Amino acid sequence: MLYAITALFLCQLAGELLVQWLGLPIPGPLIGMLLLFVVLLVRGGVPEALSETSGHLLRNLMLLFIPAVTGVMLHFERVGREWLPFLAAGIVGAAFTMAVTALTLRWMIRITGKDAE
Amino acid sequence: MTPPAKLSEIWVFLAQSPLLWLSLTLLAYLGALWLHRRSGANPAVNPVLVSVIVIVGVLLVTRTPYDTYFEGAKFVHFLIGPATVALAVPLYGQLGRLRRLWLPIGVALLVGSVAAIVSAIGIAWALGGSHELLMSLAPKSATMPIAMGVAEKIGGLPSLAAVAAAVAGISGAIMATGLLNLLRIREPAVRGFAVGMAAHGIGTARAIQVNETAGAFSALALGLNGIATALLVPLLIRLAAFF
Repeated sequence: MLYAITALFLCQLAGELLVQWLGLPIPGPLIGMLLLFVVLLVRGGVPEALSETSGHLLRNLMLLFIPAVTGVMLHFERVGREWLPFLAAGIVGAAFTMAVTALTLRWMIRITGKDAE
Repeated sequence: MTPPAKLSEIWVFLAQSPLLWLSLTLLAYLGALWLHRRSGANPAVNPVLVSVIVIVGVLLVTRTPYDTYFEGAKFVHFLIGPATVALAVPLYGQLGRLRRLWLPIGVALLVGSVAAIVSAIGIAWALGGSHELLMSLAPKSATMPIAMGVAEKIGGLPSLAAVAAAVAGISGAIMATGLLNLLRIREPAVRGFAVGMAAHGIGTARAIQVNETAGAFSALALGLNGIATALLVPLLIRLAAFF
């Protein structure tokens, strides 16, 4: 487990360094995810310990968002003032995005004759 | 012998300690998970939403500032970084599908990302939102740190963008099952990809609960849409300035 956690931290660290060095407009952890993906590709498989540790982390991914989302309490006043455009754009916009993406992907899979299974 | 401390003194001590707010976060989450299971895994009983309602309630009643709370909760918050890196593992498990579907995925990414940005700005504009609000909403379907950075660059408020991303993430996670059933989308890969595009990390957390393939494709969409949003939002805003 210690090796797996260290590997995750190191990938994130390398991601953060690359972001700083190249001035990328993308957060370090996303680059870290890409780096780990490449490492797994080169290695040709996922070590047991890594698959277990990442499984534990990802099963409780919802927990990790709670502190940031609680920050909503700092914005009650502003959201209260413009609640209708804010919530409508957030909620209806998310529904529209999800529907358009799903329909486009399914349609593209059909016309390219591929199979998603 | 020192006299026993008064209750208020104990509270003053506890309220300053990170342990209290860290424990509250974990307890609220465990309670929300229990409620979610009790509801028969009803997506409307979203564990993030329920936990945040409970925690905000406690903070308001005890008049605790968010900064004091975050001193404790930051230990949990910190793990978002390594967890994001860990998404590479399920993604690697989908290597075969990724190789086969790269063209459909690329097209759906472009169309979906533009749809996310244009719909958010369009709806808020039509309902009379201020310029600052529009610019904070534009990157709402990207993962939170990207949404904050992009909003700042185009004249929005980073922290309001974080709230907009939370609204998109939570509502997307709640509506995904119903909406995708309504559209008769059955393939887990397509369902997961759509959820990740619209509802980033919070949607991905939900997709992982439902199906392994859906979770992996949601993670893929979260990563790709993060990059696409960072590139497309400034571009689309510049284009819009011509009209």
